[in-house]
Amino acid sequence: MGVEIKMPALSPTMEEGKLAKWLVKEGDEVSSGDILAEIETDKATMEFEAVDEGTVGKIMVPEGTEGVKVGTVIAVMAGEGDEAEAASAPAAEGPDEQPAPAAKTKDKAPKVEKPEQQLKADESDAGAPAEKGGDSKLETGTTQLASEVKPATSAEIPHGTNMKSATVREALRDAMAEEMRRDERVFVMGEEVAEYQGAYKVTQGLLDEFGPKRVIDTPITEYGFAGIGTGAAMGGLRPIVEFMTFNFAMQAIDHIINSAAKTNYMSGGQMRCPVVFRGPNGAAARVGAQHSQNYGPWYASVPGLVVIAPYDASDAKGLLKAAIRSEDPVVFLENELVYGRSFELPEMDDHVLPIGKARVVREGKDVTIVTYSIGVGVSLEAAEQLAAEGIEAEVIDLRTLRPLDKEAVLASLKKTNRLVVAEEGFPVCSIASEIIAICMEDGFDDLDAPVLRVNNEDVPLPYAANLEKAALIDVPRVVEAVKKVCYR
Amino acid sequence: MPNAEPSPPNDMTEQDEDFALRSLAEAHAADRRYKASKEELLHFYEQMLLIRRFEEKAGQLYGLGLIGGFCHLYIGQEAVAVGLQSALKGGLDSVITGYRDHGHMLAYGIDPKVIMAELTGRHSGISKGKGGSMHMFSVEHRFYGGHGIVGAQVPLGSGLAFAHKYREDGGVCLAYFGDGAANQGQVYESFNMASLWKLPIIFVIENNQYAMGTAVQRSSAETHFYRRGTAFRIPGMQVDGMDVLEVRKAAEIAIEHVRGGNGPVLMELNTYRYRGHSMSDPAKYRTREEVQGVREKRDPIEHAKTELMEMGVSEASLKEIDKRVRTAVGQAADFAESSPEPEASELYTDVLVETY
Repeated sequence: MGVEIKMPALSPTMEEGKLAKWLVKEGDEVSSGDILAEIETDKATMEFEAVDEGTVGKIMVPEGTEGVKVGTVIAVMAGEGDEAEAASAPAAEGPDEQPAPAAKTKDKAPKVEKPEQQLKADESDAGAPAEKGGDSKLETGTTQLASEVKPATSAEIPHGTNMKSATVREALRDAMAEEMRRDERVFVMGEEVAEYQGAYKVTQGLLDEFGPKRVIDTPITEYGFAGIGTGAAMGGLRPIVEFMTFNFAMQAIDHIINSAAKTNYMSGGQMRCPVVFRGPNGAAARVGAQHSQNYGPWYASVPGLVVIAPYDASDAKGLLKAAIRSEDPVVFLENELVYGRSFELPEMDDHVLPIGKARVVREGKDVTIVTYSIGVGVSLEAAEQLAAEGIEAEVIDLRTLRPLDKEAVLASLKKTNRLVVAEEGFPVCSIASEIIAICMEDGFDDLDAPVLRVNNEDVPLPYAANLEKAALIDVPRVVEAVKKVCYR
Repeated sequence: MPNAEPSPPNDMTEQDEDFALRSLAEAHAADRRYKASKEELLHFYEQMLLIRRFEEKAGQLYGLGLIGGFCHLYIGQEAVAVGLQSALKGGLDSVITGYRDHGHMLAYGIDPKVIMAELTGRHSGISKGKGGSMHMFSVEHRFYGGHGIVGAQVPLGSGLAFAHKYREDGGVCLAYFGDGAANQGQVYESFNMASLWKLPIIFVIENNQYAMGTAVQRSSAETHFYRRGTAFRIPGMQVDGMDVLEVRKAAEIAIEHVRGGNGPVLMELNTYRYRGHSMSDPAKYRTREEVQGVREKRDPIEHAKTELMEMGVSEASLKEIDKRVRTAVGQAADFAESSPEPEASELYTDVLVETY
């Protein structure tokens, strides 16, 4: 009886991958632990091992194939005593399975092939177990954060600039590389930033270009290396401190706030601290409460910090470059779920964007949706749906959370007289709370309806797919809130 | 006969030639005290006396309500900052410490007026009155504060050392912390990285015997703090922090090692603070006799004074120094009292460097 080997999910966010290389051929005897193939994911190239012994029956997906969906049958094993040929039957099932509903994939969960991925690889995803069936539109919370609608081109980009498609991941890497070429004082430190090429591949290639002096792997010791980075900034360097995720920066928050943010003030302007703390922030896919939190409101509450949370590739690059050049300490909040998304990126020699300026990512006249980070995609999707129902929503991407661009929010409110905040994060003491306060204090006369906020539920993020879905913001919730403020 | 004595089985250092765990302590044991000229010792004496009189005056001003908040005095510990910092290369090497920082500022020869004016929260204070007792800096002197969170200065100092190494400027960093801070986790995170990356840093534990009100024996499983770098392959030195010449000599040995690219050194300076942890400390955790005993037998200033007189310095010239110091401190206090408070508009300056 043949046993199917399926394309494994090798990270919480992996939906498809490239079958880079087969290391076995049909008819080969394999035993448990033998490497069958190399698979390139969005984060790394991983070796895929056999769990059980047997004979490779038929290889269904040739090497070099890109975009192989998770769950696709890539080979069939002949079981003990079976002839290799006997296993060739269930060939076509893989691709057909793609649109299968979640339940079906889940039913098949106890696969024979359980990729015994090197623990290190799993750790790179912050200790999260590999999610099964990521391609299957499993009803998880983070699939509802996906978005196909792209923001309008930023007004800061000169008209006629050539645009190329790039992922946010590439944009961030390019920003760091360009600034490191420009300024000898810039270096990057953090866990797995060098030899591993970045836990999320964001620092990929930097070690090769800049060497171990400027691309520094640290021990797993956030408090310590955040302090060392901060001290190096005080000593005149331009550190980029990467946190594998901002959840781990909680270990280091004392240095971000007490050491980095307050020094310039406490010293009467004598001692600067031009450090960038960056890494993924917010909910990732099915990683549970301790790995899923948006720290934007935390850092944005602290005077002395600049806090940036970009959405698309152009902003990621332009604002990271600005952050590295800033004389102030910057908390730069990325989003793991957005790393792999492709956007238009301007081909400019030096694409630097202004800190502290919000951006209209969609124009509209009926209502304003204020949002940032992954909320931008959700809001743009909502705006499309609303447009179909005759409501033209203006979507404002805050981009910088501190200092907050109040004027942009108030100008849009003046135009639309109705406002909703969409934020992937807890509702209490949130950026949404702050926006609402600003509208009350400075925009009261422009309001035709109370401002509403759409935030995650006020609970730690649960693991179970259905509960995660219930906890996170989604398009219908934004649509509903907008209709409410429009009295529709 | 070579190898006649086998090493004890658990003594790995014997088999690990690269690891200079005890070599610095041994070098120091062989030559404990710096041979100061009369002029040098006079200078150390004057600096220590300045710190003492300054701190006494600060205590008075605190009592008068002119200094607020927390105020941690350095009385008793003067020989540590003076002895160590005298061995540094001015304008190159960097220093960082915790909140008991007045003495370290004064040891740099920074004008006592701007230090005292910072204590009274005046515009002419070195941090424009915005930092206070615990937050003083002089980037010009490469003195990087002045940090209020116990232990935070240790990774920050490692970062300063990182910058020295990165720039290849030959500088070293001196990071001071107390026996209390020595129990913070981030200290050991720093030890690990500093040793791993061979950062040019001297970790200086000022063991004044009490972490606020908790005696070292009640808070520390290993009270020989100089041994605490062993797990990170950092050589340790135990130094009498009440003898400015011993401190100076130890500093030279440590600095030579560190500047030579051999990685960090951990120095434990045994010292004693005569006053409470801060001005609000009733010091019920120790006896008056204990404090008095140290004052009478180990006082660093009296020690230097005796030595100077043995070198032939007259009582009169020592009195002259005393007078000079009292005058300087008096002027600093007057300045600190009479300087205006910061302008109200200063409230909003220096939050960020740039305008966005």
